[in-house]
Amino acid sequence: MLNLSDILETITMIQEEHLDIRTITMGISLLDCADQDIDVSCAKVYEKITRLADRLVPVGEEIEKQYGIPIINKRISVTPIAMLVAASGGDPVKYAKTLERAAQAVGVNFLGGYSALVQKGFAAGDEALIRSIPRALAETEHICSSVNIGSTKAGINMDAVRLMGQIVRESAELTADRDSIGCAKLVVFCNAPEDNPFMAGAFHGPGEPDCVINVGVSGPGVVRAALEKAGDCDLTVIADTIKKTAFKITRMGQLVGARASEMLGVPFGIVDLSLAPTPAIGDSVAHILEEMGLEICGTHGTTAALALLNDAVKKGGVMASSHVGGLSGAFIPVSEDAGMIAAAECGALSIEKLEAMTAVCSVGLDMIVVPGDTTAETISAIIADEAAIGMVNSKTTAVRLIPAIGKQIGDTLEFGGLLGSGPVMALKTPSPARFIHRGGRIPAPLQSLKN
Amino acid sequence: MRAVVTVIGKDMVGILAKVSTVCADANANVIEVTQSVLQDMFAMIMMVDVSSLNCSFNQLSDNLTALGNDMGLSVHTMHEDIFNSMHRI
Repeated sequence: MLNLSDILETITMIQEEHLDIRTITMGISLLDCADQDIDVSCAKVYEKITRLADRLVPVGEEIEKQYGIPIINKRISVTPIAMLVAASGGDPVKYAKTLERAAQAVGVNFLGGYSALVQKGFAAGDEALIRSIPRALAETEHICSSVNIGSTKAGINMDAVRLMGQIVRESAELTADRDSIGCAKLVVFCNAPEDNPFMAGAFHGPGEPDCVINVGVSGPGVVRAALEKAGDCDLTVIADTIKKTAFKITRMGQLVGARASEMLGVPFGIVDLSLAPTPAIGDSVAHILEEMGLEICGTHGTTAALALLNDAVKKGGVMASSHVGGLSGAFIPVSEDAGMIAAAECGALSIEKLEAMTAVCSVGLDMIVVPGDTTAETISAIIADEAAIGMVNSKTTAVRLIPAIGKQIGDTLEFGGLLGSGPVMALKTPSPARFIHRGGRIPAPLQSLKN
Repeated sequence: MRAVVTVIGKDMVGILAKVSTVCADANANVIEVTQSVLQDMFAMIMMVDVSSLNCSFNQLSDNLTALGNDMGLSVHTMHEDIFNSMHRI
């Protein structure tokens, strides 16, 4: 029999501590839609997405009602579009517009997969797709784009890194009138996971089944509240408390994913164990670190606290789900986290500290607003640094920078919704241009030779 | 299939009667009721059998939420699986 305090605990988590399912993401393979004629290819893409994802949103809403747990987003991820461009040629933006129409037809919040995987080099379609990203993001609303430029196995493709610096800048310029929103939908990866349900980096990897349901949970507020209740205890107890909480959060994800998969008749893929913050007060990863005893996130000790948090979340979550995947760790997107925004605004949180933090948590330099006059080479160099951390540590790292066109230190960009708002953060000004212009590849590290 | 109805808020006359009436109207059988004051709030938890409802689960849930709104109480109707999966291994 269920007892009263268990029931109240669950309800408090949902009502007061912002426990929610961040996303149910349906992965759809578009490999069978490739055609030599881009218009035929687009028609097949539209037909397949609207057929398979037709019931995704109503099913999500029904589950939300039945279990009383909010499901914030319903999303779709598709095969990297560069693979379709390889077969069809033509203007890749046609695919972006087709995907946008399909996303609107089925009513999802985001559709990811306007992507290319170029960690070792450019294949047919890759470069054309990458060069079209700024236009695609400016002319669509729901489409998200990602490019994988490095991996532990392949090393770092520095030609792609150089190109992505330009693409990020161009995306910002093309959407300068809308707070450079294009860049919020573009992420540059090293070691990109193929089953990630979170945006902007979700795509449906070529090793995935035809159609699959992945779930991303969220619950920084629940973890913070649990630590508050734990009071003055040592860090072993802190880690145990986080593990127990992560277990409960992940069980929600497992339940919702299994139910959605059953109702849609689509196999269940993975639960992503990430702690994903939102700009809402009380839903912040930074505030968890502060609850552990840091005066403010970004001060000395932040990396250690985050390492403990990230590890405990995984240990707690992994037993709660039959298959764990995606990014699975704590996210630290600056603009999407009330505590991070406050820490950045008061100067406690710098980009250097964030870079160190990315070595011990999931993802990377995420949703960071940088001065509008930042050069493409500097952006490329930041991407290269972050990719190097991912490559050497055999982990996923990513960069999602937003050059605030026409703005400087002290200004703020407002995106609204889940994307939040962020102060412009200072970067180093000496030029890395000569290093970036060399191009070529950074060889894979020794730890790639595991066979 | 069973659902858990929770009612949280200020105590007043007739909460149990009104909630039970909405359940009865939907042909939901009340299996168990627990009432208590916990964490400074009045809380009532009802376990109801919803396997032979005469309306949809969503309809029952909406009716109970509407009743809660009228009485200034927070009423949640949730499938029992969410609690089982969170608190039982």
